[in-house]
Amino acid sequence: MTTTVDDPTGPPDSAAVTPTGLAAHQITVHFGRQRVLDRVDLHIAPGETVGLRGPSGSGKSTLARVLALLHAPDSGRVALDGRPVGGVRYRVPAAVRTRVAILFQSPRAASDPRLSLADLIAAPLRATGTPTAETTARTAELADLVGLTSDLLTRRPHAVSDGQLQRACLARALAHRPDHLLCDEATAMLDASTQAHVAAVVTDYQRRHSAGVLLITHDPALLARWATRVVDLPGAAVDPPARPPTR
Amino acid sequence: MTDLAPAPARTRPSRRPSALLRGGRPGVVLAAGVLAVAVVACLLAPLLWPLDQSAVDLVRTRLAPSPEHLAGTDDLGRDVALRSLYGLRVSLLVGAVAALVATVIGGLVGAVAGTVGGRVDRALMRVVDTIAALPHLLLGIFIVAMLRPSLGAVIASIALTHWLSTARIVRSELLSLRSRPFIDAAISGGASRARVLTRHLLPHVLPRLALATTLMVPHAVWHETALSFLGLGLPPHLASIGNMINDGQRSLLTGAWWASIVPGLALVTVTLALAALTGRWRDRLDPRVRAELQL
Repeated sequence: MTTTVDDPTGPPDSAAVTPTGLAAHQITVHFGRQRVLDRVDLHIAPGETVGLRGPSGSGKSTLARVLALLHAPDSGRVALDGRPVGGVRYRVPAAVRTRVAILFQSPRAASDPRLSLADLIAAPLRATGTPTAETTARTAELADLVGLTSDLLTRRPHAVSDGQLQRACLARALAHRPDHLLCDEATAMLDASTQAHVAAVVTDYQRRHSAGVLLITHDPALLARWATRVVDLPGAAVDPPARPPTR
Repeated sequence: MTDLAPAPARTRPSRRPSALLRGGRPGVVLAAGVLAVAVVACLLAPLLWPLDQSAVDLVRTRLAPSPEHLAGTDDLGRDVALRSLYGLRVSLLVGAVAALVATVIGGLVGAVAGTVGGRVDRALMRVVDTIAALPHLLLGIFIVAMLRPSLGAVIASIALTHWLSTARIVRSELLSLRSRPFIDAAISGGASRARVLTRHLLPHVLPRLALATTLMVPHAVWHETALSFLGLGLPPHLASIGNMINDGQRSLLTGAWWASIVPGLALVTVTLALAALTGRWRDRLDPRVRAELQL
């Protein structure tokens, strides 16, 4: 059975002719015996916002991690601008790595508790050998972009709120000016005003860089307001293990 | 929709070892005091009270504790208190050095197993399991028996039998850290394997490693004492807690209890204080793990 979940009716602009953007082809992922993704296709064109929804356990986050080149699928491949990406995790070429960024649901889990917020934001720049002066300038610029004041930048993750930390994570994700931003329920844990702020920063960035955005969320309002189109992942491909009846 | 104010800054207890003394639990302060006195006495002993290791005074044997000999004399007329201090000095030195060596061995094995993974990991962990299946002391005796009796042989015996738990700790820490999202985030930012290891993994393992080392010192001290007690440790004329307890046994029947009880008490007091302090430190580092020794 082939499950093609991408919307076949509306290929955005010229994507069908020149395959620009980030694409997943026939991705299959197993965790043990459990098949999490079964031959899934997904394409994110520049400038578009693809909403991704599906029940819990349908593999939304796994698909995001595959697209972020953090998880090797059992079969299928990820392509950037029509060229398949060789390697995953540490083996991704730097030129490809910096073009795709991911924002996780829990900013607390996604930030090294030892680093200050400034170091957190600067980490991707330092990792790719950006000169110190440039790193400092760019860090300040990014912090300003997400609205983090300089007194917050010296604090460690445990001393700031989830919203402040998620803004730092967003700044870190945008450090390399990626062409694609994958938001894995990135606003689910935030209060309404921070949610709106993060959304505004992402939309603004998207407009200026014509970046493709993957938006994983359970929030129908967010999808309606923001997503160019919405892709549904079917439920878990294999029934979850039977639970003994509870009395 | 309402405007929610950002959550207030969170605080949590300091993880530094020095923070243990703040808030002064009497037990912790007592343990720290005992340890401080013992360490200072051991360090200053050669300057304040020089000891001739082979000095024998057959006239003044088995004297009961008195102002002149605070813990009496043994069956060769040697001052028990002074020799206990020198014994403790050797024991703590051997314990600390052996714990350090064991940490280096265990840390390397654990780091390789935890980062390389796969077949290398399985092979290394089977080696660890195999050695762990043998009784510590038996293996330690085997190792000293192969070498000439010396300080180095005793240290080798302790280090080669005590690195297993460190290897397991480092490996499991690395495995659990590796799957944390912040490692994914670092990789996504373009960090290389070496950078992730040195910047994001090892700094989190180092406090554990330091804790494992200090927790190991009392074990190492007891292992050294056991070896010396069995006559396999340091040469018999050198003051060592194990040698002294063994020598002192002979005097027990004549009523000279101090010759073996005093060095034994010195050992128990100091290692308990050390274990209590490190146990408290472990509680601070990871409140989920309960210390076996509550003060």
